Amino acid sequence: MKRIYVNEKWCLGCHLCEYECAFANSGMTDMAKALKGKEIHPKIRVEDGADGIHFAVNCRHCSDPICVRSCIAGALSRNADGMVEIDKNKCVGCFTCVLVCPYGAIMPDADGHAAQKCELCTRNLCGEPNCVAHCPNRAIVYEDRG
Amino acid sequence: MAKYVIIGNSTAAVNCVESIRSIDREGDILLVSDEKHFTYGRPLISYLLYGKTDPERMKYRPDDWYEVNKVQFKAGVRATKIDAKKKNIELSTGEKVPYEKLLVATGSRPFVPPMPGLEQVKEQYSFMTMDDALKIGKTFQKEDNVLIIGAGLIGLKCLEGIRGRVRKVTVVDMANRILPSILDEEGSAIVQKYLEEKQGVEFLLGDSAAEFTGKNAVTLKSGKQLTFDRLVLAVGVRPNVELVQDAGGECNRGICTDGTGKTSLPDVYAAGDCALSHDIAAGVDRVLALLPNAALQGRTAGINMAGGTAVFDKAVPMNAMGLFDLHMITAGVYEGECYEEKADGKYKKLFYQDDRLKGFILIGDVARAGIYTSLLRNATPLSSVDFEMLEKAPALAAFSADYRKEKLTQRV
Ligand SMILES: Cc1cc2nc3c(=O)[nH]c(=O)nc-3n(C[C@H](O)[C@H](O)[C@H](O)COP(=O)(O)OP(=O)(O)OC[C@H]3O[C@@H](n4cnc5c(N)ncnc54)[C@H](O)[C@@H]3O)c2cc1C
Ligand code: SF4
Ligand code: SF4
Repeated sequence: MKRIYVNEKWCLGCHLCEYECAFANSGMTDMAKALKGKEIHPKIRVEDGADGIHFAVNCRHCSDPICVRSCIAGALSRNADGMVEIDKNKCVGCFTCVLVCPYGAIMPDADGHAAQKCELCTRNLCGEPNCVAHCPNRAIVYEDRG
Repeated sequence: MAKYVIIGNSTAAVNCVESIRSIDREGDILLVSDEKHFTYGRPLISYLLYGKTDPERMKYRPDDWYEVNKVQFKAGVRATKIDAKKKNIELSTGEKVPYEKLLVATGSRPFVPPMPGLEQVKEQYSFMTMDDALKIGKTFQKEDNVLIIGAGLIGLKCLEGIRGRVRKVTVVDMANRILPSILDEEGSAIVQKYLEEKQGVEFLLGDSAAEFTGKNAVTLKSGKQLTFDRLVLAVGVRPNVELVQDAGGECNRGICTDGTGKTSLPDVYAAGDCALSHDIAAGVDRVLALLPNAALQGRTAGINMAGGTAVFDKAVPMNAMGLFDLHMITAGVYEGECYEEKADGKYKKLFYQDDRLKGFILIGDVARAGIYTSLLRNATPLSSVDFEMLEKAPALAAFSADYRKEKLTQRV
């Protein structure tokens, strides 16, 4: 299955992917309308470390996802392709998944009542990861690496 | 004859079935449960009363789960005995069911210590099952005064569930603070204050029921007298070990297993709240009544029952808990040196010792807590990460470039 992988050396720390993620999941087609003046809640986050280190982190779509095992509601599952999905309708916002994800890749959503995570833009208008499509320096790629 | 027999229909059982099926697609699986419901997330019973979910959405797995996994489900049937020599179990129907491999995933039940006069109280409830929650939902009235005995996780989740449905809730606990199993004293005080001020809950701590003096009245040890319309008993739980114990299996409060889920009885496994875990934070074997732990134990047992190999001997006590939008995430033990941050609506403590993170408490801001949990689970030497950076916020930037390469540039 294709997943998002990180090339830390090439990340400029521009945080564009965060905006592209928020836009992709806004359900809107006009970026300015979707994001301008709004606090964004992207599912990918760029970390800015010491010594000019930058890199983006989102769900790794783990082979044996600890979040799926730990979810108290059965709201998280791994689909046939191996993508880890969230059923927001079932999620009760207990954040046990936040407690266990070793990458900090699942988080409370905008209103804090449920969890949100990267689903590789399969459930929005983009169909493929919008963050990757718009990364100016190929610091994140969408590839099958086994 | 069913190759695999499983007693229980909850987290440990479900994860066991899925793991068996990852190895053995065909071997017959029979699941026996005294609860009749489709498998549901037990912790959701408070969210049901709170109005955040309903029985349909509480289903722990998709509607076709039993079919897809080829599980024969005997609902509403109790296992009454294990005959470890003949390798069969006896059911409440009188039937005897042979097994090749047996999983005991019987969970726990409410524990009610003897309290004088308790038998007079008609409106007595416990809070463990879907049926308990449905009953409370049906009977509790707007004008009711409710008394909850127990200020632990279950008592307070019940409080959250019923607060909006009744006039007043009073919580009594022998301990002098709330949630002692997951918070330190200061943390308990913060959450207590929040519940008192924001939700108008009355706490009577360091006190306990001395005697029930009528169907609606109790006298506390302190001499204080209370009346109530409904009583919820959430004092504690006891693991359901009897089936294994009576069959001669080793138990020590919980069912003893080796790291593979095997009990001391041949071909009998145990997982979940009925079984002991090896708690690496406290360094002792104890029952960790937590859903993720039940899932991991169930998985381990399932793999081994189906002939694979898996070991789970590194459990960590950990908890995510919300009460009326105040979230807290905690893990490990609160020993050693402490880094702390306190600000309005936020409370954070990290405990460390001997180059390891020992435990943490986060109230209010829980973002990315799993990065801290991973330090605990992996017993990561703190000298190998930038702990000063981690103190401020969980971040992968605090780990080595090699660690990030391993985790972010290949499949994990
Ligand atoms: C109100 C509440 C809130 C909770 N909140 C959280 C939370 O937020 N996070 C968390 O991690 N954990 C929470 N827990 C704990 C969590 O529910 C348990 O850790 C988890 O359900 C354990 O799963 P299990 O499979 O071991 O057993 P259980 O869920 O206890 O299921 C065992 C099943 O076996 C059945 N059974 C027992 N004996 C027999 C028999 N002899 N024959 C047939 N059937 C039998 C029982 O009726 C039951 O259905 C909560 C628990 C409660 C009650
Ligand atoms: S949310 Fe975290 S634990 Fe779950 S699949 Fe993604 S990276 Fe893995
Ligand atoms: S927050 Fe939602 S997805 Fe995460 S563990 Fe709780 S119920 Fe599951």
